[in-house]
Amino acid sequence: MISLAAITEKVRHSGRISDDEALCLFQSNDLLSIGELAALVNERRNGRQVFFNVNRHINHTNICVNRCKFCAFSRTADEPGAYLLDLQEIENRASEAFHQGATEIHIVGGLHPDLPFEFYLEMLRTIKAVSPTLHIKAFTAVEIDYLSKVSGLSLAETLAELKGAGLGSLPGGGAEIFSEKIRAELCPEKISGEKWLAIMEQVHGAGIKSNATMLYGHLESFADRIDHMRRLRELQDRTGGFQVFIPLAFQPENTPLKLAKKGGTSGVDDLKTLAVARIYLDNFTNIKAYWVMLGEKIAQVALAFGVNDLDGTVVEEKIGHDAGAASPQTMSRDEIVTMIRKAGKTPVERDTLYNELRTY
Amino acid sequence: MLRTIRSNIDDGKQLTREEALWLLTEAELLAVGKLADAIRRRLHPEGRVSFVVDRNVNYTNVCESGCKFCAFYRDEGAPDAYLLDNAVIFAKIAELVAQGGTQLLMQGGLHPALGIEFFEGLFRGIKQRFPQVQNHSLSPAEITHIAGISRLSIRETLTRLKSAGLDSIPGGGAEILVDSVRQEISPKKIGWQGWAAVMREAAQLGMPTTATMMFGSRERAEDIIEHLFRVRSLQAEGGTFTAFIPWTYQPGNTELGGTTASGVEYLKVLALSRIVLDNIVNVQASWVTQGAKMAQVALFFGANDLGGTMLEENVVAAAGCTFRISRNEMIELIRDAGFLPARRTTTYEILEQY
Repeated sequence: MISLAAITEKVRHSGRISDDEALCLFQSNDLLSIGELAALVNERRNGRQVFFNVNRHINHTNICVNRCKFCAFSRTADEPGAYLLDLQEIENRASEAFHQGATEIHIVGGLHPDLPFEFYLEMLRTIKAVSPTLHIKAFTAVEIDYLSKVSGLSLAETLAELKGAGLGSLPGGGAEIFSEKIRAELCPEKISGEKWLAIMEQVHGAGIKSNATMLYGHLESFADRIDHMRRLRELQDRTGGFQVFIPLAFQPENTPLKLAKKGGTSGVDDLKTLAVARIYLDNFTNIKAYWVMLGEKIAQVALAFGVNDLDGTVVEEKIGHDAGAASPQTMSRDEIVTMIRKAGKTPVERDTLYNELRTY
Repeated sequence: MLRTIRSNIDDGKQLTREEALWLLTEAELLAVGKLADAIRRRLHPEGRVSFVVDRNVNYTNVCESGCKFCAFYRDEGAPDAYLLDNAVIFAKIAELVAQGGTQLLMQGGLHPALGIEFFEGLFRGIKQRFPQVQNHSLSPAEITHIAGISRLSIRETLTRLKSAGLDSIPGGGAEILVDSVRQEISPKKIGWQGWAAVMREAAQLGMPTTATMMFGSRERAEDIIEHLFRVRSLQAEGGTFTAFIPWTYQPGNTELGGTTASGVEYLKVLALSRIVLDNIVNVQASWVTQGAKMAQVALFFGANDLGGTMLEENVVAAAGCTFRISRNEMIELIRDAGFLPARRTTTYEILEQY
């Protein structure tokens, strides 16, 4: 008999919840009980620690051969606002970030039609030359697949080359929602969910860690979200290579995707999705609230709903903002520390691989 | 401590100041939320969340009070100082009525030259033209100011305003009902007892009122507790507070500066308000200062009402906080949270269910 009470008992005894149980949670209006359950799981795993890191995003280009319907960032080369950063500019930004205390450079960009594989290797080497201590978290599984085609090398060889040039780990983007039917409508040109997972399996096999995301609040149902998380959970059981799960709230304003419901995801949906993720993904240590898309208020409240990781001091961020996100572009270290403390938690600065750098 | 508090609440015992302070400063957010939520569900078992279609008209921004936390006031000679013509005000109300609105919330600065005749004239004009609109206007500070200019008692002032068409009085200007805080953030404004005195008189005249609290500026946790207990006492003594509205200080463009309270702090204070104010039926979430996402979440932390749709809002907007919400968004937000949306009057009669 599936009920919130039964699920609570199971989770208290560290049982793994089923898809049906996850659906029950999603369909329940008892937001606070779900939150408390997620908080219990999180406290057991992570105590009162909340991570953040000091990073910088570099989106080297918005020129992209794909036209995913939920994206407001992608451009063709001749469209206004299309850009490609040169290596000098990339070096400047990495250098500036490093001197401001960043420990990570996060790189994602469009699938550029003309850039040779060498450009990407040079980009990594250039950043690594700024400082070997800068961790480079670069290229989604979608981009990795694309680079394999661009380079003409196998996936394994592509990864080896990138690793050799300085690639440290992979961000979790490009996952969107794995459901084939929805993906066909949302981003038909992109690699499939199955492909994304297969690439990640190889990435983990090559000793490279990665993140995992889920884009929600568009065409998908609760069942689709659960299906997405199930596939991640299964892969994680096999490889243990995912560092964190990040649900991403779809930002509707400037994208071609016209939904019946405008205005983006609701606060209740945001918190519930994070809480259910914490409960369901029992083999993920970290669940992250991305304040750029949720807003700082909801992100902070999410710390009571099972979240133990906040996106770092993002000095410059383009992708969420092109789509209409209203949150501030940057948060300082002091602001994040204060935000975490006011939520009654202990702020811990981490590096990309979730090692503790400093407790506040 | 939590278990004791919970059983005390269940037994209908009043919370002590120590218990309230502990909830605010030590307890887990969700635990406090659950206490508040249980109280709300008992008071509003049908699961209804109400709102009113209204407009906030600010007849003037000229103000002698010059509160440090305010970005709206202007000195009389300022280039963007204004005093609206009655005709402009009537036009604004006409727009409100055309959109099915039922409430006018009119407030303004403490203007040096506007005595009771001005307001009597204006209110009579409004009642004549728009008898169906509830005139929920002014505030204790404005009323005290008008009484001073016209050399009347508070009672006389209120009686005359009521005759002219003032139906109820919003609880603005409460800020924090602790004089040491008021001295710091709004030294020229009436003290907490001045605010209370007006609300007492209004209650005695049978006028509905509300109470508010602006927190996150300079007050301590103890001051928030004191404020809540003072509001509770006033209600117990015969107050007519239909609702309580806590909202957060917005620092933009103000003399006081600083930061705004965090989301967690807002929800905790909101929940605590519901728990302490066991004699006030309605607690409003402040979408104006928190935005729609947080206002929806607030429905699980003790709030049962979303206030007005505010066709117009200038005061908080002057501090750079410019959230807006439409009637449809409000209905959608309420439904999505699993509640029944309902449009209400100023005095919480239900006009329409969705």
